[in-house]
Amino acid sequence: MSTIADWLGPAMFGGALVLLSLGYPVAFSLGGVAVLFAIVGISMGLFDPVFLTAMPQRIFGIMNNFTLLAIPYFIFMGSMLEKSGIAENLLETMGQVFGRIRGGLAIAVVVVGALLAATTGVVAATVVTMGLISLPTMLRYGYNKELSVGVIAASGTLGQIIPPSIVLVVLADQLGISVGKLFIGSFIPGLLMAGAFVAHVVVISIFRPDLVPALPPALLAVKGRELWIKVMQVMLPPLILILLVLGSIFFGVATPTEAGALGALGALVLAVINRQLTWKGLQDVCENTMRTTSMVMFILLGSTAFSLVFRGLRGDRFINEALVNLPGGQVGFLVVSMATIFFLGFFIDFFEIAFIVVPLFAPIAEQLFGFDSLVWYGVIIGANMQTSFLSPPFGFALFYLRGVAPSEISTGHIYRGVAPFIVLQLLILVLIIAFPGLVNVLPELSR
Amino acid sequence: MNTLLRLSRWIDTVNEQIGRIAYWLVLAMLGIGCWNVVGRYIGQAIGRNLSSNSLIEAQWYLFSIVFLMGAAYTLKRNGHVRVDMFQSRWSGKRKALAELVGTLLFLMPFCILVIAFSWKVVLASWQIWEISPDPGGLPRYPIKSMIIVSFVSLMAQGVSEAIKNLAILTGHRRIPLNDRQIICDSNLHDSRLDSTSPDSDLLNSTDSSDSNRPNSTDDNRPNNTPIREASDEHDC
Repeated sequence: MSTIADWLGPAMFGGALVLLSLGYPVAFSLGGVAVLFAIVGISMGLFDPVFLTAMPQRIFGIMNNFTLLAIPYFIFMGSMLEKSGIAENLLETMGQVFGRIRGGLAIAVVVVGALLAATTGVVAATVVTMGLISLPTMLRYGYNKELSVGVIAASGTLGQIIPPSIVLVVLADQLGISVGKLFIGSFIPGLLMAGAFVAHVVVISIFRPDLVPALPPALLAVKGRELWIKVMQVMLPPLILILLVLGSIFFGVATPTEAGALGALGALVLAVINRQLTWKGLQDVCENTMRTTSMVMFILLGSTAFSLVFRGLRGDRFINEALVNLPGGQVGFLVVSMATIFFLGFFIDFFEIAFIVVPLFAPIAEQLFGFDSLVWYGVIIGANMQTSFLSPPFGFALFYLRGVAPSEISTGHIYRGVAPFIVLQLLILVLIIAFPGLVNVLPELSR
Repeated sequence: MNTLLRLSRWIDTVNEQIGRIAYWLVLAMLGIGCWNVVGRYIGQAIGRNLSSNSLIEAQWYLFSIVFLMGAAYTLKRNGHVRVDMFQSRWSGKRKALAELVGTLLFLMPFCILVIAFSWKVVLASWQIWEISPDPGGLPRYPIKSMIIVSFVSLMAQGVSEAIKNLAILTGHRRIPLNDRQIICDSNLHDSRLDSTSPDSDLLNSTDSSDSNRPNSTDDNRPNNTPIREASDEHDC
């Protein structure tokens, strides 16, 4: 037993992180690293190429995986709601409804963020949309800069754990648990997060009303009956659509994949009814769906090659032994796995973490906490990553917001603005960890 | 070089067309997916099976075709996610060099690996005219062949990208303006940042490199306009 043999696996992991920073697409970087280390391993007599003969079977298994089939449907649904302007109208109407009270605009952002996030589950899309639509309005009417950007960035990240998001679909697949259960389990934690954001805004509107003024009455063009009609037309349909999708999964009427297909159709029908669907729009949505699906699935193919070689080099055994023998048992493992995911969340996107890191942690989590706790473990991974994406200096949400923010917003405003929301998210994260019941109560009810 | 660039353009056109066909298949996948759900329920109600194994399999066949055949298109449109912390501050030529190295070191070997280990399995499937084990299921050999087709088209796109980057490095080609990544960069780091602001952190520091990027998009686009693109390019 030479030490090189023991360390080649971990070296591969480290090497992958370094080579990923070259900036070449992650999917192919992972596949390329696999080939490089396979060659190194073979030349040193430490790797048996027979491991790679499993590749075609793995690819074929990915192709006919019924769970992953839900991904394009949910992407289609979110993309359709966004491109057809339904999301935009939603935000405007909410602003009209809530704008008349102090802090109302910020609350509208949280609520719409939660709804939008629920359908897209893509941090970038939500942050960019809300940053474009509501940030200018908030700033124009005297909202505090830090609070405005903070609430937008934070609400944009809600998509990680508010179902139905593709993030949860992928996570469930990697943890080997049912997507429906993970959706249902993340429902309360997601609402808690959104609720905490709203509470934060309300507290500010009481103690520092100057930071979150109400809109001037002249601006609230539609009033009374007219407003209610608008609310019914604009807000209810997408809300009902989302509830139908979630409800059919919750009550076991449809699998997440089936619910996704119907949800996508529902979004398409909504866009047609609202006369907001053009031929070009439909083409864009299809194109976007294919591109995003292909991106996600190829990361999975790349990481499949990666993990085959990693396993061939006994890297998984190395990691497993290291994690199992951590001091502190359950707590030690939880701290290390969560810290690792949080840290990696700065540098790599959700899907890489889900496909490479989560499979390493999942068996140990199952060993330490039992299979029934995997839903809970999945939810805290989601909540953790959500916080990671919001944390300076590298959080993804911050970059996206920076890209669409007007010039008067400095990076310092963004960093200071998200700070209280990071604290809120961490509090909720600790709460979920301490009280697994928050996650588990709904899945048990639906059984 | 010109012959190579012509080859690159030809590959781009072919993969673009394949991508177009593939993304319209999303609609077919949606239709079949909905029919399978609705058919199951209506079928139960009227006591007839409206769905079938072939329709259920068609759903994941289409899914596979969409993501497998969309890969080269996505590569061309720069839709595969990257870790661009460092790359975003590199100049056009340096970026092109990184791309070239990435294509030769990562993309090509990966494609060769997959093809090398898959072709025998695919061939075996053709030899026995493999068919789904479920009654009424679809033949398996065409969908298994898509693995090879996908990775061959991906390799071809890799060749095309390598040619383009080589052309940039040798000065035969301008640094592209329609590059998604560059659009994103200019969004994230364009000069709308307050230059007098005291924050000299990581986000801001990237701006200095934009000024020495030869054909930076910033020269070609007014600073206030990229907002629209940003909303169209979510996943970059």
